[in-house]
Amino acid sequence: MSVRDDFTDRIPGGDAGLIVLVLLATYLAYVLAGFVLGYTLRGQLNSIATLTFYIGVFAMLSLALNLHWGYTGLFNIGIVGFMAVGVYVTAIVTKPTYVAGGAAQVGGLGLPLWVGILAGMLAAALLGLVVALPALRLRADYLAIVTIAMSEIVRFSFLSGELQQFQLFGNRVGFGGGSGLILDFAPPLEALLRGVGLWDAYLGFVDAFQVVVPRNPKPVVDGLIYGLLLLGFVAAFYWLLKRTGESPFGRVLKAIREDEDVANALGKNTDRFKIKSFMLGCALMGLAGILWLVPQGAVTPNFFRPRVTFFVWIALIIGGAGSNTGSVLGGAVFAAVLYQGPRYFQNLVTAVFPNFDSPSGFGQAISPLISQFDPVPFLLYTVDSIRQLQLVVMGLVLIWLMHNRPEGMLGYRKETASVIPLSRPKSMTADGGDDDSVRTDGGVDAAAEGGETDE
Amino acid sequence: MGIAETYSRGRRFAIERPFALVLAVIVVVLLGDLLRGLATGQTQFADIGTLVWDGLMRGLVIGLAGIGLSMTYSILNFANFSHGDYITAGAFSGWATTYLIAGLGRADIGALLLVGAGGSVYGGTLGIGVLSTPLAVVAGIVVSGGFAIALSLAVDRTIFRPIRNEDGITLLITSVGVAFALRYLMQFVFGSDVRGTTAQPPSVSLYFIDGTVFINAHDITLLVVASALMLGVHVLLQRTKLGKAMRAMADNKDLALITGISTERVVRATWIIGGGLTGVAGYMFILWKGTLGFNDGWLLLLLIFAAVILGGIGSIYGAIAGGLVIGLTASMSVLWIPSAFSRAAAFVVMIVILLVKPSGLFSGRATA
Repeated sequence: MSVRDDFTDRIPGGDAGLIVLVLLATYLAYVLAGFVLGYTLRGQLNSIATLTFYIGVFAMLSLALNLHWGYTGLFNIGIVGFMAVGVYVTAIVTKPTYVAGGAAQVGGLGLPLWVGILAGMLAAALLGLVVALPALRLRADYLAIVTIAMSEIVRFSFLSGELQQFQLFGNRVGFGGGSGLILDFAPPLEALLRGVGLWDAYLGFVDAFQVVVPRNPKPVVDGLIYGLLLLGFVAAFYWLLKRTGESPFGRVLKAIREDEDVANALGKNTDRFKIKSFMLGCALMGLAGILWLVPQGAVTPNFFRPRVTFFVWIALIIGGAGSNTGSVLGGAVFAAVLYQGPRYFQNLVTAVFPNFDSPSGFGQAISPLISQFDPVPFLLYTVDSIRQLQLVVMGLVLIWLMHNRPEGMLGYRKETASVIPLSRPKSMTADGGDDDSVRTDGGVDAAAEGGETDE
Repeated sequence: MGIAETYSRGRRFAIERPFALVLAVIVVVLLGDLLRGLATGQTQFADIGTLVWDGLMRGLVIGLAGIGLSMTYSILNFANFSHGDYITAGAFSGWATTYLIAGLGRADIGALLLVGAGGSVYGGTLGIGVLSTPLAVVAGIVVSGGFAIALSLAVDRTIFRPIRNEDGITLLITSVGVAFALRYLMQFVFGSDVRGTTAQPPSVSLYFIDGTVFINAHDITLLVVASALMLGVHVLLQRTKLGKAMRAMADNKDLALITGISTERVVRATWIIGGGLTGVAGYMFILWKGTLGFNDGWLLLLLIFAAVILGGIGSIYGAIAGGLVIGLTASMSVLWIPSAFSRAAAFVVMIVILLVKPSGLFSGRATA
């Protein structure tokens, strides 16, 4: 424990430094594996872009979940429902209006993407309100069951044929039923760059990128830049939640997490605080869902199965609930090791044994092992069905964590609700030394300090 | 005076319990709609009879599986999310046995043991049914119960016992991990295809007012097996010393410990009874609906939770009654809403109960 604490203390930049360090180590591992695979530069850049994408979405989702569980103690296992509502509302608002004979079965309202994203977040927050109103007064495990039931109701609604198409403001819109929706509008990156007038500059940059990737560099650049954009969103989420957590509002949330009755006795309307926190988290989950699925170009209801919710939970628990740094770290580690790792491993094996012919079922895989002690078909089948086995591994990791490190990688770091540090000022002399060395611009320092004390 | 009193009482009721009032109005509207449908001939009595029968069967499965969940919920104090996968595990073990016995000598043993993974053997081809292959079905029921008991004891010993004293949420998260590992291990072994397991069972048609209601042999089997097991649990809890100990444990753990009841023994008994019923429920569910997939138990789990919460956690009669209500809701909701929302309707009933009576219908009667 103390060794790790020392370690995190010694990293330059503190928490941010730790995150950067883990990210760099992950990228290094992926690039090295890519070299072993003999990936071209294009392949390397693509794998980095995919990895960044998943790190971004899982970090955002676990940050939002941290607001619910880590800060307020709300056991929400309906994350995927809020994501689904965010994505579908965005789709309906943003899709171009219906024209007969077009590729899309249903249209939308044809509004700009930012309007759609705002509407999607708002819808997710409102759904959060609807769920929270009855459920918040109940025990944590009841809230869990209500939220997961809600996420399934959302999925069934989007699946149903009755809501496949309907009229909204005189436009033919709908959820597309089981076959889903085509998101036939500009992806977020393009919309953003067009919005700020940098689209042509970006296209120029893509052309210039041909020096690195000669043929058709646009998908590669798109992926990389979108990954960066997502990391920017992660930073924004982090900043927002840190600010929220340190505000008076956040202090009440932490008090609720510790002891709701005490917070109530101190005159705080805890229900109201819980609802606000729940809605904010739901809106952020909606946004994360939008940023995850809108660039994919299409969305089907069955993507939103409860397992995605549990992915986010595993990410948060790996990192350590209650800590924003832990949430980001957990998201990154989950995405790199548990989510993308096995798929990458599968690619590795397929690349090393290019003409492997895996058995079609467990029976064909196991019978040579039993009759002739030939493990090869079984191993090939194992590699071939790695997408199922990775979920088994996730389950085992979750069990292991709950047994051995329920507080996660960073430990359950309770961010204290107090505005001033409660620890003993152990490094007075060091601070004094620092002041001495930067006394040249002491005036600026004093002004900054004065500003702080005034607050 | 009488009228005034009734009026003021009604007014107080409306102010104090607005949700209950809204609920009553909704129920009246739904019933009115149903009666109108019957009067105009849009809905037939026989249709309703078929739906009620279907809901009753579904409810028996949910109730049977719900007893185990309710018992572990109250005695071990956590919501076990791996319960649904115990159902699937019981079903797969039992059906592997049934296939093996029914198809021995007619098909490859490996294919039979894997319950015809990848379309290698079909239950319909083997002619599986309670009347055509009774021995295979009975053996399957026994094995499904036994396997689910063994599985739940093994999982408890390795996974839940070391963290027995943690809070309910820690155990809940752990059980999610167990559920993931079990479910996808089953998918790894048995494949992801949904397979037909039974031949068309013989059925009788009952004349019912203006049409016929079909009842087949597997419906009757489910009815008999589920009722017998429910009765058995009732006798066990009310008449035996073990049952008394379990009720004491669920009611007040500390008091039970002081009186010398061994916690671990009661916990083991809970898993044995709950696991056995769950496994059999899984087998009967598959026998009744005739298809088997690795997701079946998980999909049923939320309905079971709804039933258990509806009935009041810890009450086995609550679980049975809740199961019947949830099953009937899921089946009969198609009278009013599109069938895609039937499962959603069951969840809505659960949420409504949480609003109106959070402690459930049979509240405060722990395992009794």
